[in-house]
Amino acid sequence: MKDWPETFDLAVVGGGNAALCAAITAAEAGASVLILEGAPKAYRGGNSRHTRNFRCMHHGPMFPLTGSYEEEEYFQDLMLVTKGKTDEALARLAIRSTEECLPWMMAHGVRFQPSLSGTLSLSRTNAFFLGGGKALVNAYYSTAANLGIKIAYEAQVTHVHREADCITHLEVEVAGRPVTVKARAFVLASGGFQADIDWLARAWGPAARNFLIRGTPYNRGVVLRDMLDQGAESVGDPTQCHAVAIDGRAPKYDGGIVTRLDCVPFSIVVNKEGERFYDEGEDVWPKRYAIWGRLVAAQPDQVGFALIDAKSIDLFMPSVFPPVKADTIEGLATALGLHPQAVRRTVDGFNAACTPGPFHPTELDGLRTQGLKVPKTNWARPLETPPFYGYQLRPGVTFTYLGLKVDARAQVHTPEGPVRNLWAAGEIMAGSILGQGYLAGFGMTIGTVFGRIAGKEAAAHVA
Amino acid sequence: MSLDLSPAGLPLSALSATQEARRQIEICNACRYCEGFCSVFPAMTRQKAFADGDLTQLANLCHNCRGCYYACQYTQPHEFALNIPAALAEVRVESWERLARPQALARLFQTQGVALAGLLVVALAWFFWALTMWRPVSGAGFYAHLAHNTLVAIFVPAFVLPLALIALSLRDYWREVGGGRVRWAHLMRAFDQAARMKNLSGGHGEGCNFENADRFSNHRRVMHQLMMYGFLLCFASTSSGTVMHYALGWEAPYPLLSLPKLLGVPGGLMMVAGAVGLALLKLRADPALGAVRVWGGEMAFILLLGGVALTGLALYAATGSALVGPLLAVHLATVMVLFLLMPFSKMVHGFYRLAALVAEAGRPAPSAGGDT
Repeated sequence: MKDWPETFDLAVVGGGNAALCAAITAAEAGASVLILEGAPKAYRGGNSRHTRNFRCMHHGPMFPLTGSYEEEEYFQDLMLVTKGKTDEALARLAIRSTEECLPWMMAHGVRFQPSLSGTLSLSRTNAFFLGGGKALVNAYYSTAANLGIKIAYEAQVTHVHREADCITHLEVEVAGRPVTVKARAFVLASGGFQADIDWLARAWGPAARNFLIRGTPYNRGVVLRDMLDQGAESVGDPTQCHAVAIDGRAPKYDGGIVTRLDCVPFSIVVNKEGERFYDEGEDVWPKRYAIWGRLVAAQPDQVGFALIDAKSIDLFMPSVFPPVKADTIEGLATALGLHPQAVRRTVDGFNAACTPGPFHPTELDGLRTQGLKVPKTNWARPLETPPFYGYQLRPGVTFTYLGLKVDARAQVHTPEGPVRNLWAAGEIMAGSILGQGYLAGFGMTIGTVFGRIAGKEAAAHVA
Repeated sequence: MSLDLSPAGLPLSALSATQEARRQIEICNACRYCEGFCSVFPAMTRQKAFADGDLTQLANLCHNCRGCYYACQYTQPHEFALNIPAALAEVRVESWERLARPQALARLFQTQGVALAGLLVVALAWFFWALTMWRPVSGAGFYAHLAHNTLVAIFVPAFVLPLALIALSLRDYWREVGGGRVRWAHLMRAFDQAARMKNLSGGHGEGCNFENADRFSNHRRVMHQLMMYGFLLCFASTSSGTVMHYALGWEAPYPLLSLPKLLGVPGGLMMVAGAVGLALLKLRADPALGAVRVWGGEMAFILLLGGVALTGLALYAATGSALVGPLLAVHLATVMVLFLLMPFSKMVHGFYRLAALVAEAGRPAPSAGGDT
């Protein structure tokens, strides 16, 4: 790798969606830009690689979106998932900006496709990237290269050097070699800290060591930590992360979308003692999948087991891992490493509590158990038709909430006031808007909107 | 439990092409981000489990546009190690070998460009010998070198027999993939897709990811269509000549302003341009995203098609000169090799792709079943 003797107009820390949107916007405004991507080229793009859509406000049908999705409905959807933990002004700014983002994304190489099979409920609100997030990342890197933006891979920023209200330079390790990067403006878009297991364990206790990380192993929060240590204003609960229940056999990092399991509503879920612990049929899966990470995390050894019978095996998307299969409940329990008698008791108790009635897999059918301490309030059908199937569940961390607090210009603040030449975009500041919960496609909204704002502000600063 | 996506814990390299494709497709089918690129992904969503015949069908639907490879979050170094274009290319090539008769010829000529070149040398030698031996007493143009009836006696069997072999293979293919009753509408849809080479459009019309990594380009699609339409024009030219000969009693040589020449000259030029373009693109493309072992055979096939067209044009240009004799031998030799190798070379891809498109057209539209 080389040194950069020149002083760039803008150095962008990170190489995902927000970083690329900032870099492209600034370069088009005439700035000379360097992107410092911590991952090697094959893994460039951070968690954007794993995304698939962009939640977008629109007043009428607009390819690939159907119907209309107005600001108020979008904002109410956000209020619902965050339970009010949001900054209304920033949230509305993000929502309103999405409409102009969609054509901007297309103009910069992103291609869209109609809603994927199995996701028709999102066709009105979310624009799906053709080929997914990695295709989007590829398109932006091509656009960046066309604009003459310099891109350094395996470039991990270790320190952001601040003097009073100004950033002077970055200390970077490029492929393991220390390099100083000088620039007039800086954008931090290096994601959260969910890949730093030690940090997770400090925040949540040793149980976090059993969590799986759904995304990139490169989001270790080094820059976030460095900025917080320097007194940058933070936002978001440091003890919270967004976790979903995923297949327990998923790789430790980077398993992405294919490790998800959609079978919970049609199953009973037991812990390693063979006992049920929560209502599997509380609501439709898109509204409940996000709480199951936390539920499983609270169980012994942070593990759960979803059990279904032959009646339900075709009711959900295929998983990347084949289920464990057995002809008897005891056989299934043994194969999953559970106590056969304990599971038998739980299944017998559950089956006896099931009541007759019509079963509707796609709507709340009210088919509920009677008299159980932990009820199942929809889709409760006895497990009685062999073969029986089982999936191991573990918490999979998607992202963390702690981040840098920014204003409507994406500027980073210290208690003494704004840092004049520093902006933040993407997951590193998403806690400013998303204080709790998650809304599908909203991460890409925040990254795109604030990436573009940061790029524009940085370019104006150096102009 | 540990991650083990290979059957019985075999190392991945020990999997057969079909097993490896199944391993990859099952991962792919749990993601589905690539649905809009081509016909393969919507077809995939119909199933959770994939029988061998299902994989044969998906492999022949795949046009190797490579969009899904560059968009994939699970390519190496990720441990899932997906390379769908290569996995399907291997299954596809294997299916053409398996369904060919005799299989050994397909294995030889699909893989070895040298074998094709060798056959060409034999054909050349034979035609030079034939032209000296069977020189007619009279005749105009190239019929002065080889009589019409002799040409017909040589080329009709050399054309019809390979086609008959292909027909038998396609029947086996149809059984293997479980193709249903063919209706007119299915044929129309398949021909429409082939005519526009829709599966190389990338789904957005900007083309595929062949010669320029993750950037899209329509070059391959354009070059393929130049070749395909050029070939069809040349075929039409020959057919029109046949009709004129037998029905109208108008024998070759034909002037420039006649149907055979009006079809054949542009067709030949298109084929030459297409062959040059396809060969250059193939040199620039990453061989690891296709069936690596047949690279040589595929390249030789492109050059052979270009050679057929180029020698045909040269023969026309040499009209009246002393070069007609040798050029005729060269041209006839290339055509002969092309015909003979139809069932055993890349030429067969057109037949299988069409069959796959027809079979796909005959299946119910992929459902929107799934998680919500």
